[in-house]
Amino acid sequence: MLNPRDPDQEAVGDIAPRLEQQLDAPAREWLRQALAEAEAQPQKSTWELHFASAGRQCGRAAALDARVLLLHSAGPDTVTLTRLYHQGTAAERAAVLRALPHMAVGKTPDAVPLVEDALRANDTTLIRAAVGRYAAAHLDRHGWRHAVLKCLFTGVPVRSVNDLARRARGDAELARMLRDFAHERTAAGRSVPEDLHHVLELALESAPAHPPEEF
Amino acid sequence: MRIFDPHIHMTSRTTDDYAAMYEAGVRALVEPSFWLGQPRTSPGSFYDYFDSLLGWEPFRAAQHGIAHHCTIALNPKEAGDPRCLPVLDELPRYLVKDGVVAVGEIGYDSMTPAEDTALAAQLQLAADHGLPALVHTPHRDKAAGLTRTLDVLRESGLPPERVVLDHLNEATVDEAADSGCWLGFSIYPDTKMDEHRMVRLLRLHGTARVLVNSAADWGRSDPLKTRAVGDAMLDAGFTDDEIDQVLWRNPVAFYGQSGRLELDLAPDPAAVTHEGNSILRGGE
Ligand SMILES: [Zn+2]
Repeated sequence: MLNPRDPDQEAVGDIAPRLEQQLDAPAREWLRQALAEAEAQPQKSTWELHFASAGRQCGRAAALDARVLLLHSAGPDTVTLTRLYHQGTAAERAAVLRALPHMAVGKTPDAVPLVEDALRANDTTLIRAAVGRYAAAHLDRHGWRHAVLKCLFTGVPVRSVNDLARRARGDAELARMLRDFAHERTAAGRSVPEDLHHVLELALESAPAHPPEEF
Repeated sequence: MRIFDPHIHMTSRTTDDYAAMYEAGVRALVEPSFWLGQPRTSPGSFYDYFDSLLGWEPFRAAQHGIAHHCTIALNPKEAGDPRCLPVLDELPRYLVKDGVVAVGEIGYDSMTPAEDTALAAQLQLAADHGLPALVHTPHRDKAAGLTRTLDVLRESGLPPERVVLDHLNEATVDEAADSGCWLGFSIYPDTKMDEHRMVRLLRLHGTARVLVNSAADWGRSDPLKTRAVGDAMLDAGFTDDEIDQVLWRNPVAFYGQSGRLELDLAPDPAAVTHEGNSILRGGE
């Protein structure tokens, strides 16, 4: 896998054991209790408090995984999820985006506005989280092409873009955009990002026999 | 010299400032929420600002190798504006966030009844959330303002060791020290308080419970004033340990009471930026 540590790209059952190994005993205990409360009482706001405090309970490095698990356990509806995103810190927003494939809403396009919001940001941690598995499945072609371009502009490595090869392959419009971008850079006497050539190669490959579903 | 600036408004500063601060030794800072110079006209304007203190600004700081935390409050200058008062009811959802290490800046501006109410309510919020409070002493009528602030503090449920009284000077330091609160000093490029007077105060009062900040914002101010104090202390014969206490360990101890400080940033900004460098490349 491109980055096996991104929690939207692994089975949700694999996250907890991996996370528990990283945590010390008090944090592990906190996580178990928080997940149990989220599952038992998803209507109560207690679990949202756990969602907010995951960083100081588990440490910043482990907080993303912990928050994804909390979202999975509580299973909030789209309205609640949207509120959590908009009222969230950057770290909480990234967790909402990463959790989407593990939630019912992840099978629908209802959370696309959240991805679009994150792609308007200039915080590369949010942009990275936005181009995960959910975006690969649900962003329309225009939005997806601009997401790839935004990664190139902001220096987010394109290996962060989930399912890049499948969606880029044979995309003539993407190839045009990349060439124009490369031309603009060259005309300004600036170097072209290495990643651009990689995506361009993919886009220039012939389209697959069974073209990807048009969203 | 490692430096923690416990009070600086980075929203108003440039990336050049971040780079210069890193160069001078700043590795951590706290950005208190405050007013923008232009009065806000609606609560939504506050929420966007608070969100930025918990999103964009920490990201910007991290790109320059500096750990960013913030304090959240309805500031004294706007606490008297009825259009802004609904913010008080929304504060609890911000005070639970990981990056929030205190309630602040709160305190008096013009010492009105509306400011009384906002100050008392927000001290209560600090007590309820297990947070310290950053209490600003007014720039006008400072001595009377401090006395009134201490009265409200005594009535609040917040112990003095959880409070820093900021923008102190020679006229207010004794009364503030007697209260048992932490003592905050803002060093400005004009006459309000400079690094040499700060050194004299440190000689008199010692280095315990003292926080030194630049309070830099959109006004005439200098984000490197913390370093200037460190250099002046060195020239005056203070030891490296005493300098480290004032410029690092004291702010860590004070804000550490929140249980939410995370200071383990990558030591080299290049390591932070290699994944994404939208700032260094100007966001384009
Ligand atoms: Zn201030």
